[in-house]
Formats: sequence, structure tokens, C-alpha cells
Amino acid sequence: MIQLYNVSKIYDNGVKALNDVSLHIRKGEFIFLVGPSGAGKSSLTKLICREELPSRGQVVINGRSLARMKNREVPYLRRKIGMVFQDFRLIANKTVFENVAFALEITGASNKDIKRAVPPVLRMVGLEKKARMIPAQLSGGEQQRTCVARAIVNNPVLILADEPTGNLDPETSWDLMKLFLDINRRGTTIIMATHAWDIVDAMKKRVVALGDGIITRDEESGAYGYES
Amino acid sequence: MLRNSWLSVASIGTIIISLLILGSSILLVLNVGYIASTVESSLEITVFLEDGVEQDRMERMEEEIRFIPGVTAISFVSRDQALDELRRSFGERADILSGLDEDNPLPNAFRVKTREAEMVPAAAQQLGELSGVEQVRYGQGVVEKLLALTHWVRIWGSITMGVLGFAAIFLIATTIRMSVFARRREIGIMKMLGATNFFVRMPFMLEGMTLGLTGGLVAALIINFGYLSLLSKVMITLPFIQLISDPALIYQVLGGLLGLGFAIGALGSAISLHRFLRV
Repeated sequence: MIQLYNVSKIYDNGVKALNDVSLHIRKGEFIFLVGPSGAGKSSLTKLICREELPSRGQVVINGRSLARMKNREVPYLRRKIGMVFQDFRLIANKTVFENVAFALEITGASNKDIKRAVPPVLRMVGLEKKARMIPAQLSGGEQQRTCVARAIVNNPVLILADEPTGNLDPETSWDLMKLFLDINRRGTTIIMATHAWDIVDAMKKRVVALGDGIITRDEESGAYGYES
Repeated sequence: MLRNSWLSVASIGTIIISLLILGSSILLVLNVGYIASTVESSLEITVFLEDGVEQDRMERMEEEIRFIPGVTAISFVSRDQALDELRRSFGERADILSGLDEDNPLPNAFRVKTREAEMVPAAAQQLGELSGVEQVRYGQGVVEKLLALTHWVRIWGSITMGVLGFAAIFLIATTIRMSVFARRREIGIMKMLGATNFFVRMPFMLEGMTLGLTGGLVAALIINFGYLSLLSKVMITLPFIQLISDPALIYQVLGGLLGLGFAIGALGSAISLHRFLRV
């Protein structure tokens, strides 16, 4: 579903974030991106959602080269990708319900569709009772689950999670991982960049390790690894 | 909507002032043109003839005058007719003139009309060069003064309007830029969720257009009430001056101001979004 062919990314300030990286991700996979800070994990996720374009090489999603994609097509690509971040990125003055509904409003969905689509998603992440609260009234785990609800409400084919457990305590992190496994079982591909070695080790999923802009290790049902 | 309130007020204020200048300049120019066309005498030149010009010379003069560009009508006023007219204009007190019948001091004259007020000075100069002409008189320079006034109003009105218009566009652009800056986090979230450019930009376009439209509306209202009160004052104190009172024309001017305010708002926000909200 996602292919990277000899992708290099050099930023304008000369920083070489990725160097000749090739990677193939199949539909329905659950992948951990690991490696030290600055290894290129964030650059890789930015290339996949086309926040950045590769300096060299090709990123192909569902058979389409992102370099050839027109700017006005990018929003439609992003609607197929649910994004989850360490800092949640919720809108502070909107309720949980409204934050999730916002992802649908953007696509031009009708009020009727929104009212039908949001409650099941909130139920799935266990926030149906907190739908009318604003982010400041929620715990970190609840905010992150709101973020996940927003990411999946559009039925994306891919979830891109950039250190989603970075601000969560261990127990809450495991709740989130159970949620991700649930979503993954329904056929959604998940790519998760993380430093949480205990989670990576316990989950026994594919692990892609990055170091200095190259892939140092790519193992099915691997572990975090301690060499880095 | 008014997140950056002082900046919003400044941009609305600038739009109002520039549109007020534009609106009053337009009305002034229109009215001067209107007055110039309605004041009959401003189009009329009186050519006084020297005493003792022969009848056949006067007939030839009439032919020569006809060939002067812009001349549309000529009428001959004999010294007797002129005295009659003078007597009529004095009405009941015409007895003052009673002694003049035997020794009429008034000269023979032609009254010449031109097609447009602008043509009067040139025609008058040519008339003055004809032989047998003692003096040429027309509107005592009123026409020239009015036309010179509209000339300067046009130039200075355009310049101030242009400068203030640019200032207004710049201020709108700055307001929108601040607004974009204040909401950059939300914009980032919208883009991440797959919002189209149109969806992201629309609220800011609306904000700019609202600012512009508000300015245009206030300016149009001020011009409207100001002009109406001017009309009624002029009607009472200077009844011989006729100003434009055709509502259709006034509404056209007001509508123009409103539309221009809207355009300034739209242009300002479009410039700002083009520069600061590339997606």
C-alpha cells in the first residue's frame, strides 16, 4: 500500500534527515518506527502524509506517486490518513464531540451524517459520557482518545501516530495500544513512531529501526533493540 | 470576528475616509458638470459690436460666426431689443430708463451658443478676433473657474483616494495576517485533517469582506445623509443653484462606494492569504 523507493530528504538548512531509504508497507500492517531522536522518524511520517516532498526518490501510496500529486489533491489524501500526535492537537474551545465532528465538517459532511457517525466512534474509544466536555476538562489519556476518535471517524486506510504515548502514563499508554490493536484488526494500517521500548517489545509487531537517516533494521515481530 | 479590534477599527476607518473622499469628489464633479450644463448663460457668449457697423457687414459676420467650431446657435439682438429686455428686467421700475429712448447707449450684439461649456473660452477668443467686434463677454469666468475646480478635484481626489485605498488594502491585509497568525494552530489542525484551501481560507476571506463592507456601508450612509442635508440647505439658501437630486444617480454612487469597500476588503484578504497562507 505504501512504498518508498530510494527516498532522501535534505532540508533547506542542509540537514540530511533521510538517506536513500526504501520501505514497503502492506495493507493492514502494524509497524513501529523506532530509533533515536533525529534519526528520521518524523521526516518519514511527514513524507507519507505529504507535509514534505522527498528531495530524491519516490513515495507511492495506493499506486500514486505523491510527488506528482497536485496540491489540490493533497487534502483528499489526508482524509484517508488519520493522524495522532504526542501533543494531541485538539481545538481548545470545542467539545470532544465537536473536535471529532470537525474532521467530518471539513469533508463537507451533512449534520445528519455527523450525528450518525460520531457517537459510535466515541463509544469505541470510551468517551461517550464525556462528549460535551472540552479538552481542558479531560485527562491526557482521554484527550489522546479524542484525538484517535477524530483520526478514525473518516474511516482512514492508515493511522500515522507520532509518539502517541509520549505524554501518557504507562497504564493509559496500554489502553491506547489496545485501542490501536482494535483499529488494526478492522483492517486499518498503523504506523507508529515511538520511543516506548516496553510497548514495542510486548506487541511483537513489525519494527523498522532508523538511525542517521537510514534503515538499520526491519524485522517482523521484532523488539525495540538496545544497540541505539 | 473582531479579534484584532484596534487593527480592524483602523482598517474600517481608513476605508471609510478614502471612500468619503471618493464619494464627495464624485458628487462634486457630477454637480459642477450638472450646474455648468443647466446654467444657460454659461454656454452663451455675448458679442458686442462696434457702433456704426454696416448692415451687410453684420450679415457677413453672422456667416463667419457660424463657421467657428462648437457654435450651435446665433441670434442678433439689436440695440432697441436690448433696451426692451433691460426694461423688462427692471419690471415696475423701468421708468429709470425712460431717458434712454432717444440716446440708447446699448450696442448691437450677437448671442452665440456653444454645444458644451468647455468650448466657450476658445470660441470667445475667435469671436474677439473678428473685425467690428468691440467686446466679447461670457459668464464672467464662472465656467472656467468651475471647470478648473473639477479638474483639480479630479486630480487630487484620485491621488488621495489612491493613496488611502492602498493604505486600506494594506491595513486589511495586516488585519487578516494577524488573524491567520492567531489561528495558526487551528489552521494546522485543519490541514492535517484534510481541509481544502477553500475551507481554510473562507473564514478569513469573509472577515476581510465584512471589514470592507462595513467601511463601505458607513461611508455610503454618511455621504447619503450629508448630501441630503446639503441639498435641502442649498434649496433654501441658494435656490438658483440646482444640484443633482436624481435618487437613481445618488444610489448608483452609494452602491459604487459599497461595492468598492467590499472589493478593498476582498483584495486585502486575498493578498494576505496568498502571502501568508500557502497550503
